Amino acid sequence: MTELRRFLLGALMPALLLAVGVWIFVPVPGGEGGPRPALWVALLVLLWLAARSLRALAALDGHAALPSATAALFGLWVLYFWQVGVTAFDVPRVLLPAPSAIALAMVGQAATLARDFVQTVLKAVLVGWVLGSALGFAVGVAIDRLPFLQRGLLPVASLTSTIPLVAVAPIMVMWFGFEWPSKAAVVVLMTFFPMLVATLAGLQAAGRIERELMHSYAASYRRTLLDLRLPCALPFIMSALKVNATLALIGAIVAEFFGSPTVGLGFRISTEASRMNMALVWGAIVVAAVTGSLAYALLVQLERRWAFWHPSVRSR
Amino acid sequence: MNRLAPVAAVLAAGLLLWYLGCIGLNANGVIERVLSDHPGWTAKDLILACWSMERPVLPAPHQVAIDLWTSLVDWPLDSPRNLLFHAAVTAQSTLVGFVLGGLFGVLLAAAIVHSRTLDRALLPWIVASQTVPVLAIAPIVLVILGSLGFSGVAPKAAIAMYLCFFPVTVAMVQGLRSPQRIETELLHTYAASRLQAFWMLRLPAALPFLFPSLRVAVAAGLVGAMVAELPTGAQAGLGARLLTASYYGNTVGIWSALVLSALLGLTLTAAVGALERIVMRRRRAG
Repeated sequence: MTELRRFLLGALMPALLLAVGVWIFVPVPGGEGGPRPALWVALLVLLWLAARSLRALAALDGHAALPSATAALFGLWVLYFWQVGVTAFDVPRVLLPAPSAIALAMVGQAATLARDFVQTVLKAVLVGWVLGSALGFAVGVAIDRLPFLQRGLLPVASLTSTIPLVAVAPIMVMWFGFEWPSKAAVVVLMTFFPMLVATLAGLQAAGRIERELMHSYAASYRRTLLDLRLPCALPFIMSALKVNATLALIGAIVAEFFGSPTVGLGFRISTEASRMNMALVWGAIVVAAVTGSLAYALLVQLERRWAFWHPSVRSR
Repeated sequence: MNRLAPVAAVLAAGLLLWYLGCIGLNANGVIERVLSDHPGWTAKDLILACWSMERPVLPAPHQVAIDLWTSLVDWPLDSPRNLLFHAAVTAQSTLVGFVLGGLFGVLLAAAIVHSRTLDRALLPWIVASQTVPVLAIAPIVLVILGSLGFSGVAPKAAIAMYLCFFPVTVAMVQGLRSPQRIETELLHTYAASRLQAFWMLRLPAALPFLFPSLRVAVAAGLVGAMVAELPTGAQAGLGARLLTASYYGNTVGIWSALVLSALLGLTLTAAVGALERIVMRRRRAG
C-alpha cells in the first residue's frame, strides 16, 4: 500500500495539479492570437508528468484492477490533452472537435442519435445478426451428416472472409429498398459464413473418447448431438457470435453509406461529414463504439455462464 | 481430385441456383417489358428473356462474365471503362495502406512487448478496438486529410492502413510473447541482448501468428479502400464504380464490379499466402 501511496503523492498529484492549472489558464478559443510560450512549456512539462504517472502506475503490482486502472488513466490523459490541445491551439472544428463539443452535440442531438440507434442497431443489426447467425448454425447442423457437402462448402465459406461482402449493399438496396431490410440483408450475408464455419468446426470438436463413450451407451445420433457435440461446439459458436456482432455493426453502417432513408448511424456519419458537422459525426461514432463494446461484453458474460466448463473460460 | 470434386459440386449448385433465381426474380419485369409486345409467348421464351434482359433485377452469370470480359478486352488499360483500371486503383491504395499498416503494427507490437507501460496503458485499448466498428471513422479521416490538402491515394491508403494495423498488432503481441520461458532463459544465459533475443527468438516465433493476421488485415484494408472511394468526388476505384453503377441502375455493372472486387480480395489474400509459404520455407531451411 505504501507503493500505491507513493504513486498517488509522487507521480499522480503533481501531474493533476499542473493539469488543473493549465486547464484554468487555457485561453478562450479565438482569444489573443496563438498560445503563449508559457503555455507551451506548461504543456510539455505536463506531458512529461503524465507519462511519468502512467509509468509509475504500470510498474505497480499486487491488485487485479491495476492493469485496467492504467488503461483508464491513459484514456483520461488522452481525453485531457485532446480537450486542452484543441482549445489552446484553436484547432478548426472541421479537423478535430473537442471532446466537450462532441459531448454537447450528443446531448443536444440526443433525440436524433436515439432514432439513428433504433434504426441501425435495433432494426438492421439485431435482425440481421440473429437471422444470419441462426441460418449459419442451422445449415451447419443440417449438413453435419453430409460429409460431401461439408467438404464442398467449408472451403467456399472460409474464402468468403477475404471477399468484401459489404459491397453487395447496392444490390440489396435495389432488391429490398432503402429502408432497414436491405441493411439487414447485408448483415445476414456477412454473418452467415463465419457462423457456418464455426459450427462445422465446433461439431468436430468433441473428442474421440467421448464419442465412443456415447456409442457404447447406444446413444442415438440425436442424443449424441444434443448431449455431447453441441455443448462441445458452444465455445466455437460463442466466438462466432462475438465476431459477428462487430461484423454486423460494420455491415449495417457501411451499407447505409450506399444509400439509406434519412435516419441511421451510417447515414448520420456520411451526411454530417459532408456537411462538416464533425461533432455530430464523432457523436454517432461514439454511439456505435459503445454499442459494439457493450454487445461484446454481454456475449462474454453469456459465454462465461454457458460454457463455464471450457478451459479458455476457466482460466480467466 | 478428392478435395476438388465437392467444391466443384457446390459451386455448380450455386451457379444453377443463380440461373434459377434469375428466372424467379426477373420474370415479372420480363413479362411486363419484353414479352408484352409478343403475344403467345412460351415458357422457353420467358426463360431465355430472363437470362438476357437489359436491366435485370438479377443478371445471369454469363451476362456478368460477358460484361467483365468486354470491359477488359475492348478498352485500353488506362481507360476508366476498363474494370481492371479501377481494380488497379483500389489495389494500389490497399497495398500501400497494407504495407504501412503492417509495418506500423509490427513496430507497435515490438514496443508494447518491451514496455510495461505501453502494455498496460495502450494494449487494452487496441484489443477493445477490435469490438468497435472502426471502419465508421473513414469519413472523418477523409474530411481531415481532404482539408489538409491530401487527395488521391493518401486518404484511401490511410484508411486501409489503420484498418490493417489493429489485427496485426494484436496478433504480433501474442506472437512475440509466445516463446517459452525456458527459451528466453537460455538466451539469457548466453548473455544475449534484448535486440538479439528479439531477432533470434521472438521474431521467428511470432511469424506463425503474423501471417494469419496479415491475411485478415489485407481483406480489411480492401474493404477500407473501397469504402474510402464511396464519397462523391472519387472517379476511379471499384468502390466508386459500384456507386456510379448503382446510381444509373446498371445492375450488370454492379455485379461485374462486385465479382472483380471478390477476385481482387482472393488475389491479395493468395499473395499474402504465397509470401507466407516462401518465408516459412526459408525459415525451416535456414
